[in-house]
Amino acid sequence: MEFKIANKAKRLTRALILIGVAFTGIGIALTWEDHNFSQRFMANGLINSFFFFSIGLGALFFLALAYATETGWYAAIKKVVEAVTGFIPYGIGFMVLILLVLTLTDGGHIYTWMDPEVVAHDKIIEAKSFYLNKGFFWIRTVVYLGVYYMFWKGFKRRSIEEDRIGGTEIHFTNYKKGALFLVYFSVFSSTSSWDWLMSIDVHWFSTLFGWYTFAGVWCSAMVVLVILTLYLKKLGYLPKVNDSHIHDLGKWTFATSFLWSYLWFSQYMLIWYANIGEEVVYYMMRIENFKFLYFGMFIVNFAFPMLLLMSREAKRHAGILTIVGVIILSSHWVDVYIMVSAGAMGATASIGFMEIGMAILMAGIFIKVILANLAKGPLTPVNHPFLDESIHHEI
Amino acid sequence: MHKEAAIREPLILGHKTFNDITEDVCKPIEDKAPKTWYILFGIALIIGIYGVGCILYLLGTGVGVWGLNKTIGWAWDITNFVWWVGIGHAGTLISAVLLLFRLKWRMAINRSAEAMTIFAVFMAGMFPLIHMGRLWVGYWVMPLPNHFGSLWVNFNSPLLWDVFAISTYLSVSLVFWYIGLIPDFATIRDRAKKPISKKMYGILSFGWSGRAKHWNRFELISLVLAGLATPLVFSVHSIVSFDFATSVIPGWHTTIFPPYFVAGAVFSGFAMVQTLMLVMRKAMNLEAYIHTRHVEYMNIVIMVTGSIVGTAYITELFVSWYSGVEYEAYAFINRATGPYWWAYASMMTCNVISPQLMWFKKLRRSLIFTFIISIVVNIGMWFERYVIIVTSIHRDYLPSSWSMHYPSHIDIGVYVGTIGLFFVFFLLFARYFPVLPIAEVKSILKSSGESYKNAPDTHAAPVVEKKKEVKAKAKTKLADGEVSEKRTALMSVLGTESEGKKDNLKAISGVGPVLEGKLNEIGIVTYLQVSKMTKKEYNLLDELTGASKGRAERDDWAGQVKELMNKSNNQ
Repeated sequence: MEFKIANKAKRLTRALILIGVAFTGIGIALTWEDHNFSQRFMANGLINSFFFFSIGLGALFFLALAYATETGWYAAIKKVVEAVTGFIPYGIGFMVLILLVLTLTDGGHIYTWMDPEVVAHDKIIEAKSFYLNKGFFWIRTVVYLGVYYMFWKGFKRRSIEEDRIGGTEIHFTNYKKGALFLVYFSVFSSTSSWDWLMSIDVHWFSTLFGWYTFAGVWCSAMVVLVILTLYLKKLGYLPKVNDSHIHDLGKWTFATSFLWSYLWFSQYMLIWYANIGEEVVYYMMRIENFKFLYFGMFIVNFAFPMLLLMSREAKRHAGILTIVGVIILSSHWVDVYIMVSAGAMGATASIGFMEIGMAILMAGIFIKVILANLAKGPLTPVNHPFLDESIHHEI
Repeated sequence: MHKEAAIREPLILGHKTFNDITEDVCKPIEDKAPKTWYILFGIALIIGIYGVGCILYLLGTGVGVWGLNKTIGWAWDITNFVWWVGIGHAGTLISAVLLLFRLKWRMAINRSAEAMTIFAVFMAGMFPLIHMGRLWVGYWVMPLPNHFGSLWVNFNSPLLWDVFAISTYLSVSLVFWYIGLIPDFATIRDRAKKPISKKMYGILSFGWSGRAKHWNRFELISLVLAGLATPLVFSVHSIVSFDFATSVIPGWHTTIFPPYFVAGAVFSGFAMVQTLMLVMRKAMNLEAYIHTRHVEYMNIVIMVTGSIVGTAYITELFVSWYSGVEYEAYAFINRATGPYWWAYASMMTCNVISPQLMWFKKLRRSLIFTFIISIVVNIGMWFERYVIIVTSIHRDYLPSSWSMHYPSHIDIGVYVGTIGLFFVFFLLFARYFPVLPIAEVKSILKSSGESYKNAPDTHAAPVVEKKKEVKAKAKTKLADGEVSEKRTALMSVLGTESEGKKDNLKAISGVGPVLEGKLNEIGIVTYLQVSKMTKKEYNLLDELTGASKGRAERDDWAGQVKELMNKSNNQ
């Protein structure tokens, strides 16, 4: 069955984009005079570019993981996963744009290590300048984004080819490429989160930061996959997707939420317990300025999935999954918001028209791109070797 | 019904039937133990007793007999503890996490991996107890009111959290493992001929009757326990890592420790499973159930977890520089280039480089290579703990107290002793317990058994019908006259040979010690005789031995012995 974007969805994305633009406009008008306007504006750009790009990337990771582990059950929703990865080229565009702006403004008071003035007076940053400098930063960024793009392109090409030709050769190529992607991703997911996010709090360091960020990315991607699958099901698409598939996606949401919470707690608890000055400063600042949001975000991301998605029935219930999913997704956005804003703006950060407007605007674009991607091809793979397994999936 | 794609390799090789599975698993329990079992058991027991002796000496004398000093207050004791706890992770990971992922290949290994887990946790648990020095007040680690002991336990200490984490883990693993054993114990009970073993297995099987109600409860409790066990897989080693990471010691305090310890634990646990499985499948003729594909899957797990551990090493190393903290950086420079460089180098080689070799399909499917790597990995993981523990504290903030650690013979004796004890337990397990989950393996036979999978119509199940025929025939026992008649017919073709020329018929795949005895009884003792067999002789033989029909022919004994003969001629 070919997917056609419903008029309702078209209206929704258009409305989101319009509201987003309007809110952002109001936000700009309200804060135009503020001394930290440009900083705030760019911070918002970084937050939303990263957040939405990372969802696409998380879906790509999931796809590669499924290929590399020869997962069978997901075959029926494979095209949905691929549609979410479809945001990757746009995400890359947004990332390059915002990083370029930040570089040209000497870090825009966000990446302070890009500012030669600051570096000259800061011995700690100076010691890191071998790694944190504009040139090397861009080399790394280009490599990350380039590699992600190439893999995305390859997976997409082979998926279309498989629909056309069939056979097992493409499957085995995907198996190898999937494993290879995981190798790159295991390194890049850590280093890129140091470069793009951890370096905002330039003095601070945590070995777990990369894995923590990655867990959040993965969880957000799973949530988007659940919601999108449920949406398509509701419209009568994806006849091959049954309760068991939804249940499995629910389990993934549950599991990745736990993974994220586990890593959040590990990082927080160890730093809090050891209470070493140069490390605790990160949390001190967040607790001081974002107490409610910061702990609220953790509690929501931990308790909601745990309490509401624990039972088997809940993981098959479209309503519960959607509500929990939307809540988790928005609190992961808050997580990214605090990661960036607390480091970049400290006490002066706040959520206003601009923050909400830009998030809505990006969400509108994100949904538009994904739906357009869905409409491009069949919703169920035609010749996937595990399709039969997936159709008979029952747990 | 569960569907399995054609491109997946079958998990049970050969033409197994439901009855074959029961036979293959119960055979080692019902037969007499081979001589090698007694030899291995004896060796393990002697080493174990020596270890117990060392522990008793230590308890009588005090922990001073360890090679510790005032700078290095923790060394082999905690290294061994963490090493064993780590090894004890594979079992529950396999049975709980892989269950949630619905990986069917886990069924071949989960029973013995869980047993291994439990024994490894026993060994691990011993170290903190010995470490207290005064074992008789061991209950002080539990939160008891003051009038029991003289102090209230320190709830702020991760060491106390360890007590809870590990005892919970042990209890849940033990229950989980035992629940799985119950139906299989019942199978053994029902087959047992001796009254004592019937009674013993009867008690062990809790009166299992195999009613639908029992199975229903069994599945329910398995699922609940799997749910409970999964967070435990993460919690135990995370909390063990807190022992170090909550401190302020450079080299110990780092946030990546919890997940990285968990990955390292799974890494070493799987390596230990490989070591044991590779020997067990051979010794107990379970090659059809634990075959190259299983080994390959486990090798992939080893490769992935090894890579996670490697990534964590590099991350730590990089961040120690990136942090700009002098002490942090020194801890790592000292590790790599200080007096313990050799330990660091061994750790890096064994844990980071060796699993990467598994990227080559040839290597990860090679059993000998796997066996070597599995041992190398466990050596490496021991060094990892040693490196983390000793190198981080041997040069503390005061250069005047810098020191080196030299293990005493008690250190070594206790460690080696635990390895001995571990094998004592494991060998007992392999001898008296069903090493494969009979019921679970049967559940995948039709979807993943080779003969079913490759049959044109999966549901036709031609093998089962054949089997029934054989059974019917076997029941009508051959009359004595018929036996001698058939024997003469067989031997006239094969020719008689004297006992003195006896060849090792067990070298033929499909022939175990029992079957060899039967063959010898008939008069078949040499390869030359076997090589002459054709379809007619195979059939005669099958009738005489009562073995499963057509097995010898399918396994191509004649072809096999011809190869064996060529080999011995070339030598």
